[in-house]
Amino acid sequence: MTTTKANVVYKPVFTDGAEFRIPTFRLLKQDGSLYKGAKAPEMDKEKALRIYRAMITTRILDERMLAAQRQGRLSFYMQCTGEEAAVIGSTAALDDGDMIMAQYREQGSLVYRGFTIDEFMNQLFGNELDYGKGRQMPVHYGSSKLNYMTISSPLATQIPQATGYAYGQKMAGDGHCTITYFGEGAASEGDFHAALNMAAVHRVPVIFLCRNNGYAISTPAAEQFAADGVAPRAYGYKMDMIRVDGNDILAMHEATKAARSLAVEHNRPVLIEAMSYRLAAHSSSDDPSGYRSKDEEAVWREKDPILRMRLWLEGKKWWSEDDEKELQDTMRREVLETMKRAQKRPPPALDTLVSDVYDEVPPALAEQFEKLKAHIRRHPDAYPKSAEHAKQAKREA
Amino acid sequence: MTQMNMLQAINNALDTAMAADERVLCFGEDVGVFGGVFRATSHLQEKYGKSRCFNTPLVEQGIIGFANGLAAQGSVPVAEIQFADYIFPAFDQIVNESAKYRYRSGNLFNVGGLTIRAPYGGGIAGGLYHSQSPEAYFAHTPGLKIVVPRNPHQAKGLLLGAIHDPNPTLFFEPKRLYRASVGDVPDEDYRLPLGEAEVLKEGTDVTVLGWGAQMDVIEQAVEMAEKDGISCEVIDLRTILPWDVETVANSVFKTGRLVVTHEAPLTGGFAGEIAATIQERCFLYLESPIARVTGMDTPFPLVLEKEHLPNHLKVFEAIRASVDF
Repeated sequence: MTTTKANVVYKPVFTDGAEFRIPTFRLLKQDGSLYKGAKAPEMDKEKALRIYRAMITTRILDERMLAAQRQGRLSFYMQCTGEEAAVIGSTAALDDGDMIMAQYREQGSLVYRGFTIDEFMNQLFGNELDYGKGRQMPVHYGSSKLNYMTISSPLATQIPQATGYAYGQKMAGDGHCTITYFGEGAASEGDFHAALNMAAVHRVPVIFLCRNNGYAISTPAAEQFAADGVAPRAYGYKMDMIRVDGNDILAMHEATKAARSLAVEHNRPVLIEAMSYRLAAHSSSDDPSGYRSKDEEAVWREKDPILRMRLWLEGKKWWSEDDEKELQDTMRREVLETMKRAQKRPPPALDTLVSDVYDEVPPALAEQFEKLKAHIRRHPDAYPKSAEHAKQAKREA
Repeated sequence: MTQMNMLQAINNALDTAMAADERVLCFGEDVGVFGGVFRATSHLQEKYGKSRCFNTPLVEQGIIGFANGLAAQGSVPVAEIQFADYIFPAFDQIVNESAKYRYRSGNLFNVGGLTIRAPYGGGIAGGLYHSQSPEAYFAHTPGLKIVVPRNPHQAKGLLLGAIHDPNPTLFFEPKRLYRASVGDVPDEDYRLPLGEAEVLKEGTDVTVLGWGAQMDVIEQAVEMAEKDGISCEVIDLRTILPWDVETVANSVFKTGRLVVTHEAPLTGGFAGEIAATIQERCFLYLESPIARVTGMDTPFPLVLEKEHLPNHLKVFEAIRASVDF
């Protein structure tokens, strides 16, 4: 049984879908002017500057923290560089009460929603103020008050969760939706297909935002799929889909805004494929020179999404050279000062090792913990983090 | 009080939970209008509508991913995996996601509302892929609770306990017992505690421990042993994770002997964990080696499943050997 009336033929006819050509939505040229025929989107100055400040803050945070990693102050880092428009442009088109279930390269969304530099640093250094209690590697942020689900390393697991989360929002009737971010590599995981199919079948208010940034660590998109990107898969699930220039802040914002209405007002899930480029390495542990050329990177550096937005803002007289300098200097200083502060804070208390496994510590685990504490007392020098706690306690006494 | 078989008791537990709280949702493959291949969700769609009891596409990783998201949002999902043998595509979502949600977020988020139901176990001519007992795989994962009921009364009380427990819970249902017998089941909402074993029968010579469908096997074996004058203490573990060490240890302090039985294969089975913990706790009280009566280290067979399964004769022999050691 099929859902459409069968169109019968009497000899084998194959189709490869080549007749579907997916256009790319663009508004803003690299010089900051609009394409001919492009309609200027509704975006007031306040919103535009909130977006721009978030982009600059994200760029500076990434630069400084990668440097800190290189200096050995931080174990690991991942940059959003090059994809700020795709991430922030889409988040800015949502209601701040909408849920974000991200992959790990979307710190820009958090910056936009108001996660403070202190909050970033506490997580990166896993100190006593880290909401995640020092349990996860750097960049695994989360914030319940900002509706940003804590990051988990396994790829694509968040995608069907977003479908479920959004189903719950629909049931609650609170007028909110969920957006989930992932890369074009993660879209090869089974969880991606499960999530899209379930969302389409159950008419769930969820936006699937694929950051097609060209690489999954070292694997280029051409070795990830034979098709024309990730977007055509939406046809197979009968889902609305749009491909957007991911370096175009206005197009990303406009497309996501429209997707949100489809999701929230019509219970139609949407797949957005944001075409961009991961300008930085996959992570601080990666070296792209082994798999791509400097020339290729240079081409994309020319398409910098931040510069493109800045030129648009300057054209509207909403931003100046002085504004730029002041913002950059302020953010650099704040990042540096905050980093020093966060680095000095003590690690999370020892009992965070066993809390939150369950709502309460079960007896067998409590027993293991007592044994561990006795052991640490016998070998205080072997556990420097616990020694820090002891020192801290002494200082306080 | 109503006479029910285990399926009816499970259906009644779901009905009770859905009536009490509109956030409770039941879904899975064929769960909707059909009521599940075993009919555990019969009439729930009729009663509560298609948005609260529904079919999902045939994708276990999607079902549990979806359920994790729902639970994180504050809903109370009860997801059905049609057979425990088919839970493995969802292994990542259960082990890496459900189990770690609270811990990795520092308790900002949790999926405590999640319950996963799955029929498990052999004895129904189901062969390799309709017979397995996968509890030990999950018992190696802190953050999960694992519950197995032995009869209709326990099934309703423990399932309601699992649905309301603030931690993600796997509820493995012994499908051989689904329609095997009926028992008295209270009509009201009652919740049996998780993490507590139950001493079903007191005795002095040997402790016999199991869960789920093995409790019937144990009952028959113990009957034989008592005819031989052996006094058996029988314990239903009920919750595999986190398990009730105290109740088992206290029993073994008294009897000095322990026989543990489960259907899953011997190597890496949960009986090994119990044996290791109990010998540590009760070393000087033990009169004989702790015995494990389990399925063999093979995939689950078909024609020779009777030979494979740890039946009452094998459990009886282990009791005998333990006492005669």
